[in-house]
Amino acid sequence: MSIIHHLPILLIIGPILASLLILAAGWYDRKLCYPIMLLSITGQFVASLVMLRQVIEDGTIRYYLGGWAPPLGIELVIDSFSGFVLSTIMLLALLAIVYARRSVEAEIPADKTVSFYVLLQLLLIGLVGMTITGDVFNLYVFLEISSIAAYTLIAGTRSSRSYVAGFNYLVMGSIAAGFILLGIGYLYVATGTLNMGEIAMLLPAVYELSTVHAAFLFLMIGFSIKAAFFPLHLWLPDAYTESPSAVTVIISTVMAKVSVYAMIRILFTIFTTAYIIESFPVTGFILLIATIAIVAGAILAIAQNDLKRMLAYSSISQIGYIMFAVGVANQIALEGGLLHILGHAMMKGCLFMVAGLIIYRMGTSNMLELRGVAQTMPISCAAFALAGASMIGIPPTIGFMSKYYLVLGAFEAGHWLYAAVLLIGSLLAVGYIWRFIEIAYFGDHHHHKGEETAGSEGPTSMIAPMVCLALLCLLLGIFVEIPMEIIGPAAAILLGGA
Amino acid sequence: MIEVAYDLFTSRYNYWMAIILMLIGLYALIAKQNLVKKIIGLNIFQTAIFLFYISFAEVTGGTAPIYLPEGPDALYVNPLPHVLILTAIVVGVSITAVALSLIVRIYEEYGVIDEDELMKAVRER
Repeated sequence: MSIIHHLPILLIIGPILASLLILAAGWYDRKLCYPIMLLSITGQFVASLVMLRQVIEDGTIRYYLGGWAPPLGIELVIDSFSGFVLSTIMLLALLAIVYARRSVEAEIPADKTVSFYVLLQLLLIGLVGMTITGDVFNLYVFLEISSIAAYTLIAGTRSSRSYVAGFNYLVMGSIAAGFILLGIGYLYVATGTLNMGEIAMLLPAVYELSTVHAAFLFLMIGFSIKAAFFPLHLWLPDAYTESPSAVTVIISTVMAKVSVYAMIRILFTIFTTAYIIESFPVTGFILLIATIAIVAGAILAIAQNDLKRMLAYSSISQIGYIMFAVGVANQIALEGGLLHILGHAMMKGCLFMVAGLIIYRMGTSNMLELRGVAQTMPISCAAFALAGASMIGIPPTIGFMSKYYLVLGAFEAGHWLYAAVLLIGSLLAVGYIWRFIEIAYFGDHHHHKGEETAGSEGPTSMIAPMVCLALLCLLLGIFVEIPMEIIGPAAAILLGGA
Repeated sequence: MIEVAYDLFTSRYNYWMAIILMLIGLYALIAKQNLVKKIIGLNIFQTAIFLFYISFAEVTGGTAPIYLPEGPDALYVNPLPHVLILTAIVVGVSITAVALSLIVRIYEEYGVIDEDELMKAVRER
């Protein structure tokens, strides 16, 4: 009974204590909040890596809360899929926290910083909990913890529009959570248990029941709203555009990925491939919607003038790629989809960091006012170009690798036409990424507000995580075997049924 | 035909009630212009789900799930959904609190709580 044995629960309890500590320390001195936050996130990141190693070496970790075995108690499950997602989101969270410090000073009123950090910590607790829990109702509770924190964080800027964006997201998010709760209720009625593993075991006997179909549809619709899967994405552009830069980085990478993770869990671990392909054939439909999402998201992105809004629409398109993998549902495509979870988190995190830094330095994110910005901010624009190349899928970036696997998977399943749509999606991505590159590098030099204050491009604590992510986009594409080592088994677990 | 429909309704009237309440809530959430009324709709929607959970926990003739003289053989209702809904009620209260405080801030900023007028005010800024 070493401390390592209790890591899964410490991953949740530790940060809860930290969030209380931040609140208490904030009373005494506001400056203490940030170091505590940084410490707790670093701790979580290290713990997630330790557990990932453990999973690779010894297989799935199961932790019973309070020592009660599953049918009675709640269990935390870390298999290669959740371990992989967990370390991905913790890495992104850590970099986003490093980035957040100066950005928060600039965007959040000073008396709100304490509550801002407390909420940020609560958001991450909810997301980590969603990733490692093995109990469907627990999943709902953690989902609500993270959602309530997110609604408040989005409404946290000085701009009055953020309140409206926060409110609209709250309404959509609560409907989604209500559907998820209802779906869980139906599952409980059909099987009499809330443990994911048990449900998966008991469900095949009742696959033909309409209760189960209803549960499936409610859960799917709920999580599609949460993950902003086209056409249920309407809350996303406003929420991403109006929220503070640091929050945009976290919700666009960490939160979006965890929602997709939860949906994949529900689809493959609880309902298993036997259900979604044979009993209730839905994969073809998911594939169709995913391709529409890829194309529509990219076209909408091209039409935007605001940098952050453009990136928000591009997120809708990229979620489509991950759902494409779900729709194809074979080993290679699913590997591509999981790799895209990692890859998209990296590149979208980097791009939103660039956007945040541009707002920090230039005071605007309107692309028409950013002509020639590359002369003032060379490093940021270079990072944008690198992450953008990954978004388009230019080899040898990680974006290329994930799309390569997706296309291979689609070929294997015989979906030639859909594979062509993937390439069209890439071409459209060239459209919106190139638009900013052209404005930044080749636009007529425009006189900027920020230019009088000559000097450095921005604080090092904001540039470093951005450059780090841009380089990771490139390096993970070249050394793709490293993430594949964990993604391969993860995809196999999903397809084989837990 | 009418008898079948009547049976279908009376034998499962608790679920029908939950569905009707849920639809009333969703309607208010979507169709009402006033933001506070939207939140009332959201509350009705959530309450309908709570009632659904509580009603499927019922066992005919069951008592409260406490330790009775008969011991574990006593017929009692399923306590688990009750516990789950206790959690969900807390979640619902916090969501309502956040939503109402956002409405207060929106009213302070724009001076309206009507959705159409709010959208107009947002566009004008």
